[in-house]
Amino acid sequence: MYKYDKYDQAIVDARVEEFRDQAARRIAGALTEDQFKPLRLKNGLYLQLHAYMLRVAIPYGTLDSRQMRMLGHIARKYDRGYGHFTTRQNLQYNWIKLEEAADILADLASVEMHAIQTSGESIRNVSSDQYAGAAADEIADPRPWAELIRQATTFHPEFSYLPRKFKIAVTAAEEDRAAIRLHDIGLKLVRNGAGELGFEVYIGGGMGRTPFVAPLIRPFLPAEHLFSYCEAALRVWNRWARRDNIHKQRIKILVHDLGQEEFTRQVEEEWQAILPNQSDVPMVEFDRIAAYFVDPPFEAGAPDEIDRSDPDFALWVDQNVVAHKAPGYAIVNISLKPIGGIPGDASAEQIELMADLAERYSFDELRVTHAQNIVLPHVRKADLYALWQTLSENGLAEANLDLISDIIACPGLDYCSLANARSIPIAQKLSQRFGDDRQREIGELKLKISGCINACGHHHAGHIGILGVDRKGTENYQLLLGGSGAEDASLGKITGPGFDEDGIVDAVEKATQVYLDRREEGERFLDTYRRVGMEPFKEAIYG
Amino acid sequence: MSMKLLTGNDLRTGEVTWWTGTGWSRFVENAVDVDEHGEAIATEEIGARRVNAAYVIDAVDTPEGPRPAHIKDRIRALGPTVRLDLTLKPADPDAGSWVI
Repeated sequence: MYKYDKYDQAIVDARVEEFRDQAARRIAGALTEDQFKPLRLKNGLYLQLHAYMLRVAIPYGTLDSRQMRMLGHIARKYDRGYGHFTTRQNLQYNWIKLEEAADILADLASVEMHAIQTSGESIRNVSSDQYAGAAADEIADPRPWAELIRQATTFHPEFSYLPRKFKIAVTAAEEDRAAIRLHDIGLKLVRNGAGELGFEVYIGGGMGRTPFVAPLIRPFLPAEHLFSYCEAALRVWNRWARRDNIHKQRIKILVHDLGQEEFTRQVEEEWQAILPNQSDVPMVEFDRIAAYFVDPPFEAGAPDEIDRSDPDFALWVDQNVVAHKAPGYAIVNISLKPIGGIPGDASAEQIELMADLAERYSFDELRVTHAQNIVLPHVRKADLYALWQTLSENGLAEANLDLISDIIACPGLDYCSLANARSIPIAQKLSQRFGDDRQREIGELKLKISGCINACGHHHAGHIGILGVDRKGTENYQLLLGGSGAEDASLGKITGPGFDEDGIVDAVEKATQVYLDRREEGERFLDTYRRVGMEPFKEAIYG
Repeated sequence: MSMKLLTGNDLRTGEVTWWTGTGWSRFVENAVDVDEHGEAIATEEIGARRVNAAYVIDAVDTPEGPRPAHIKDRIRALGPTVRLDLTLKPADPDAGSWVI
């Protein structure tokens, strides 16, 4: 994985000291909150419902054990003993003190981490496939490209005061595990007929108040022009964005308003105009970055067999372990969704344990997934049983990847000042309702919960989505069906009137029963919904 | 009886605080009715950096003390409903029974 050079380290260290000075001036009264707020947001520091919240960037979800241990250390020393892994592959601390924030940033900088551009109107943490570099189905490792974007856009003056936040995702596999079509720019590495590497470029996707699935703007962009093409798209957006209306500022609104054809024409025209500027990152620099992402030294001839004699272990292997590109190796998903637990939360001890396990079993690497789980990307199959035993002893072996209890949930009204309703209690009740053999009978079902229209819990993209709203001062929950963040991306549709806290759990149960009653051989919940449509579900839920 | 409370966050720690008439408390039970004076008190206290992001909310006076009218402020007053060990009264599991 990427290692900072002296320039990376210098700018991060300088940023820590700059923020230390800014925070001290705020506490001393030299800065008002109005003056300080944009400065703290540029360093990921929010003022949330109960305290300051710090969002730490985990570039494309990749980190090593040293960095993971530091996240655990910070949770214990500065927070209340836990952290929350987010749907943007980041980590949030909920109980931060302003007077300690600079010390935290200094600790992060000591392990090549920061919180820069995790908030504000900037290009946010670039996200990617959590199986990158390990997946059996990818054509190349997308992480060097994600790192190139990170470096090229960090502190870039043209992208420091954008109309609104901007999110980019990069993948390189047929299966879309990064929801690229629900990003401002989604990039998929492909090869053309001549075998050359390039990108399918999707622009204008997103969730939130006005969700859109991004259209394909360019079917093949030569890889070496990645930056200039993104720059052209950002320039067109910067030119026309509705800075007068916060709800219409995202690029998805511009793409929708101009139309795919006209937006594409303008981007292509802008791109041709700026190409002579040679703003693309030189390939020699890309090669320097890519050299950090070479495969770890996989053991030749590592045994491919797995002893499945322990039924609980076999269940976990079947659900949470995924094929690896190297013979004798596997990708392990560590569920942060214990039945009745809080999705994405991990204690300092669990964080440190996962760091230890990565060091021992996975070439020192971990990944954070947008589904709020952790991945050990390179585990010898021969080590799986020992790994599973340790995970089991520490509450980290829930065998529920992509099942109904593997719920994405935003922090909701329990933590977030923007939320209208609580998300976590709904997730807890649902996982308790289905977290037995029923979830295995149902099979793959991606359930996603947001506590407000901003959609941090990706409810639009859930096979079943739940949106919390405020109805005359009480929590109310709308049910959506038919969304997907995968390669078959689609937006869920609202079933009808909303429910209270218990009612929404019952409504989900009725929806799953329709699926069980009507599914055909091999169909997932989403497939059945798409085949039979909304009506049978509405009838069961409201009839 | 309806009332107005002034609430905000401690500048240094970010903790939720409530105006008591003479200073700030972490416990909503210590809050007092600010009537129409909330904005003026907020301006003075923000200026003195004794509070951050202060605002006035609607509340109801009860025998147990003031209770915010809106669920968001009730959760602010208690702490996260899903981590009672992190609320202001972790030893009392019923301490937040009025919140939801």
